[in-house]
Amino acid sequence: MDFIDPHIHMVSRVTDDYATLARMGCVAMSEPAFWAGFDRGSVDGFRDYFEQLTVVERSRAAQFGIDHYCWLCINAKEAENVSLSRDVIAMIPEFLDRPGVLGIGEIGLNKNTKNEATVFLEHLDLAMQHDQLILIHTPHLEDKYQGTRMILDMLCDDPRVQPDRVLVDHVEEHTIGEVLDRGFWAGMTLYPVTKCTPARAADMIERYGNERLCANSAGDWGVSKPTAVPDLIFEMRRRGHDEAMIRRVVHDNPRSFFAKSGKFKTAVRGA
Amino acid sequence: MKKRSADDWVDDCYLEVRARILQIAADLDRIDRAGVPTGSAAQRRQQLEKSLTILLSDDPDRAAAIQHLFSRDYQSDWRENYGLRDSSTVNERAQV
Repeated sequence: MDFIDPHIHMVSRVTDDYATLARMGCVAMSEPAFWAGFDRGSVDGFRDYFEQLTVVERSRAAQFGIDHYCWLCINAKEAENVSLSRDVIAMIPEFLDRPGVLGIGEIGLNKNTKNEATVFLEHLDLAMQHDQLILIHTPHLEDKYQGTRMILDMLCDDPRVQPDRVLVDHVEEHTIGEVLDRGFWAGMTLYPVTKCTPARAADMIERYGNERLCANSAGDWGVSKPTAVPDLIFEMRRRGHDEAMIRRVVHDNPRSFFAKSGKFKTAVRGA
Repeated sequence: MKKRSADDWVDDCYLEVRARILQIAADLDRIDRAGVPTGSAAQRRQQLEKSLTILLSDDPDRAAAIQHLFSRDYQSDWRENYGLRDSSTVNERAQV
C-alpha cells in the first residue's frame, strides 16, 4: 500500500532507509526541523540545517522516487536560548518560499518552561503572519499531558489560528481526545518505549475514527523504526480493517492536510 | 470489518500478554532482590505498583488512566504564572 510518513527525520538516517521505504510503498514524507542531539551555537548553524532540509534531503529522497517535504523552526529544546531563537525565527522567512516547505514545525514544548512558551508564541505569530501550516511537537512522558494542554491553550487563544491548519503530533491515549475535539489534526507516533506501538495506534483509530488522524514513525537518530508505518498497516490488516480505512490514515489524511499548504505536489499513483 | 468477539481478542493476545506479565514480574523480583529503593526511585516504585492496581480495575480506559498516573498535572493558571498572553500580542510585546 502506498503511504506517506508525515514525520520522519531523514537527516539522521542512512540512504538504505530511503531505499527500504521506497520498496515498502512510501511515496512522500515530511521532515520537521528538530534537535540535532546537541545545541547549535549560532543562527548560521540553522541556516545550514535548513539548506540541508530544503535541498539535500529533497534530492536524496528523489533518487528513490520519494517526494520530500519539510517544516522549519528552532525546536523546543533549543528554545531555552531565547535570543538565538529570535535570530532563527527572523531568518526563517528566507526559506519559506522554497519548494517543499510546508510550514512551521515541529514547534512545541519540551519541559513546559516559560522560555519554551515564549518562543512557541513567537513561532505561532510567524506562521500566522506568513499564512503557514503548523506542525506541533508535544512533550514526552510525564510532561506530555500538561504540555499538550498548554499548547492547545496557546493555539486556541489566538483567533487567527484555524485548527484545521494545525497538526498536533505525538498524541497518546490521554491527549488524543482533546486534540480532535478542538478541531485539530492529530498524529500518532509509532516509536519504541517512549511513545506509541502499532497496536495502541490501531486501538485509538478504532475508538476515535480515522478523521483528521495520521500516523508517523518519527524515525531519527535515537532508537526508532523508520518503517513503523507499514507495521501499522500490517496490524490493521491483521485485525480485518478494509484497505480504504487503512489508506485514509496512512495516505489520504496526510495528503489532505499537506495540500492546504498549496505546495504539496505528489500525484496519486495509478490515478 | 467483521467485529471480533472477546474470545477472539483473548485468543489473539494471550501468549503476548502472558509474556509481558512475566516480564513485569521478573522486573519487580529483580528490584526487590536488590533491596529497598530510596528517594525518587522509591516514588517511582510506588507509581509502578499503583499502575498495577489500575490494570486490575474495571476502568474502561485503563491506558488513559495509566497515562494520567505517570503525568504531571495541568495547571490552568500557567499563563498568569508565566506572565504570557497570546501570540497575536507578540509584536505588541516586542515594541513595549
